[in-house]
Amino acid sequence: MRGELLEALNEERAARRAAILVTDTLSGEARLVKKSDAAGDPLAEELSRRLRSGRSGMLEDGRTFLTVSVPPARLVMIGAVHISQALAPMARLAGLDTTIIDPRTAFATEERFPEAELIAEWPQEVLKARPLDAYTALAALTHDPKIDDYPLQAALAAGCFYIGALGSRKTHGKRVERLTEAGIAAGELERIHAPIGLDIGAASPAEIAVAVLAELIAALRQAPAAASETA
Amino acid sequence: MQTLMQTDTLVTAEAWRKEGRKVALATVVETWGSAPRPVGSHLVIDEAGNFEGSVSGGCVEGAVVGEALEVIGAGEPRMLEFGVADETAWRVGLSCGGKIKVFVEPVS
Repeated sequence: MRGELLEALNEERAARRAAILVTDTLSGEARLVKKSDAAGDPLAEELSRRLRSGRSGMLEDGRTFLTVSVPPARLVMIGAVHISQALAPMARLAGLDTTIIDPRTAFATEERFPEAELIAEWPQEVLKARPLDAYTALAALTHDPKIDDYPLQAALAAGCFYIGALGSRKTHGKRVERLTEAGIAAGELERIHAPIGLDIGAASPAEIAVAVLAELIAALRQAPAAASETA
Repeated sequence: MQTLMQTDTLVTAEAWRKEGRKVALATVVETWGSAPRPVGSHLVIDEAGNFEGSVSGGCVEGAVVGEALEVIGAGEPRMLEFGVADETAWRVGLSCGGKIKVFVEPVS
């Protein structure tokens, strides 16, 4: 493999963009297909399948090997709340990168979140610098439209593989009204899981965290992240 | 993300190459049975025999490193196959009973 190819692949990985290295194992010749170029590639169908599964593998010809690189799944929590205190360590155990965003500095303290990546700024600011993507899940947990609504819209636009919002059916009804007014289509709004989490009768913050994590994993494994066409 | 990239085999391969070391990359391309590391796992090797990563959890790394040194010298890729240890008693193998194919290529 040429060194430049390795650098290009690492650049895609560092930027959380999916890519596939196509190597002819007989000649050693290789080329890099970025996710954005995959649809126009001669191997388009195979590449699209691989981007969904995230699995590297040999083609049926027995000589062409695909090194599939998809970003590790990440969970962004909006709200440094009780549920996040339980959800963040659980999600890390499940292998997810975690980030918590909450502009309210009284909530977003290192004392409450000793091991999490915690950003005490408005989601509008944070997500501009660090955009969401198809390999990211978003859980909006503050109950406060001023904080939750923007990242929910950003998550829909980015094609996040899981989007959940805390709140009763009534709260969510109001949320749907606001987001509809903001111009989000009804079909898009259906992608928001609300009330958040699998219906297991969860009562405490930790139980709700289990329900959210289970729902997120179902979205990740049953309809893989890269299936989204938007990113 | 930072910690992930620091311990990443492909990032190590790039870093070693930029230091001017001659580098080969080994990749598990096929597995049969209970192979210890999944398809796509990498091992990076330099011309002094230093290596990082894993293609078998320790069973065949030594042999892969040896072959990689020859690949670095020749500048040509090669395909290696490893089966169960007791079938080929005098050679290295996988005690788990699996079988793997490892592609070793120079990074030019």
